[in-house]
Amino acid sequence: MIQDFNISSEIQAILESVMDPEIPVLNVVDLGVIRDVEVKGKEITIKLTPTYSGCPAMDVIGDDLERAFAAYGYTTVVQLIMSPPWTTDWITTRGRAALEKYGIAAPLDETADKDVLLNDKKLVKCTHCGSQNTKLVSQFGSTACKAMFQCDDCLEPFDYFKCLK
Amino acid sequence: MNPIKELNPTFLQSQENKTHLVNYLLGVADNYLILGQRLGELCGHGPNLEPDIALTNISLDLLGQVRSFYQYIAQIKGDKSTEDDIAFLRKERDYKNVLLVEQPNTDFGYVIVRQFFFDVYNKLFLNSLQQSADETLRALAFKGIKEASYHERFSGDWFKRLGDGTAESKERVQQAVNDLWIYTDELFHTTEADNAMIAAGVAPDMLQLREYYYEKVEELLSTATLQIPEVEYFQKGGKQGIHSEHMGRILAEMQYMQRTYPDSKW
Ligand SMILES: [Zn+2]
Repeated sequence: MIQDFNISSEIQAILESVMDPEIPVLNVVDLGVIRDVEVKGKEITIKLTPTYSGCPAMDVIGDDLERAFAAYGYTTVVQLIMSPPWTTDWITTRGRAALEKYGIAAPLDETADKDVLLNDKKLVKCTHCGSQNTKLVSQFGSTACKAMFQCDDCLEPFDYFKCLK
Repeated sequence: MNPIKELNPTFLQSQENKTHLVNYLLGVADNYLILGQRLGELCGHGPNLEPDIALTNISLDLLGQVRSFYQYIAQIKGDKSTEDDIAFLRKERDYKNVLLVEQPNTDFGYVIVRQFFFDVYNKLFLNSLQQSADETLRALAFKGIKEASYHERFSGDWFKRLGDGTAESKERVQQAVNDLWIYTDELFHTTEADNAMIAAGVAPDMLQLREYYYEKVEELLSTATLQIPEVEYFQKGGKQGIHSEHMGRILAEMQYMQRTYPDSKW
């Protein structure tokens, strides 16, 4: 579900033009990190929640938002908020589809996630061929939010976006 | 989780409380900074790709957490100091981290044992901190514990794998346990500032955590078929700013850029 910030379609479109620098097919609205938007004339206050504490993408997202809005004559204040903490449940349906298309398996629910990460259950679908005959290669992938998987049918490796709750 | 008690709104109007809170937070946050820096040294030097990436990610998490704590400290102090000043411009004696986190990356066994000893503590600590009387600390703890759980799973798995692995991995990881065990007790020492914050309900009761800690660590030692070391005394000092010889070298490397080019920004 996409949150309704009660903003104009122009502002919504500018927001959605800003992408996660590490997953460039996922915009910040679909990533679920925008918690609130307040527009007063040409001044915009955006409440942003970090995905992971040390995620280097956060500073970049803040700068990118300022730049994107500046191009339309807006000044932006980005406030980081910690509570409630971000969860992968906030990734929108559209965001999950974008992830899968990009080659990253979208997060499973909490129980299924534990089963694949800790109990070797085969529940993650290969993003190349759709097979569920997949195995965990490493809990830690190229970034903190991902784990590395391999498909035992097509033998291709792929990333899985871990559930965070 | 609900706080045990809510902080009186006038709490931070007292200069004494403010100073104690800042000192307490430094004791917590400096551990993250120094361990994060230590792990950062391993970037590109892990034994193979998986632990290399994992340790670097853990380092990033810790540095991310420390930023939140330092920002909060800067906010409480209310002067012009920033998170960067707190991280980079203090002298060795002003850092309040425990000795454990400054111990060197002697070999992979040491890295894992140091991490495991810290992660067990950190998870217990953040779990309790979620009930802090301070709202900001509750939020930071709630955020941090998800990451700390991952860290503990990583270091705990390797701890078992090395302990119950080959003869050589077992010998080396046992050596690391023997050498680092003496630094574990300090994790639960409290300073005057800590005690004031425990009394105010801001900080968790460390004596209780200590009990859970040794239960958990000793259980894992036994699963990993490792021996619990017998020691006559534990090392301490870091929390008072009295550090081991390693600390100066960490700071020299970490602070080099800020001291050479003051106020430089990325
Ligand atoms: Zn496949």
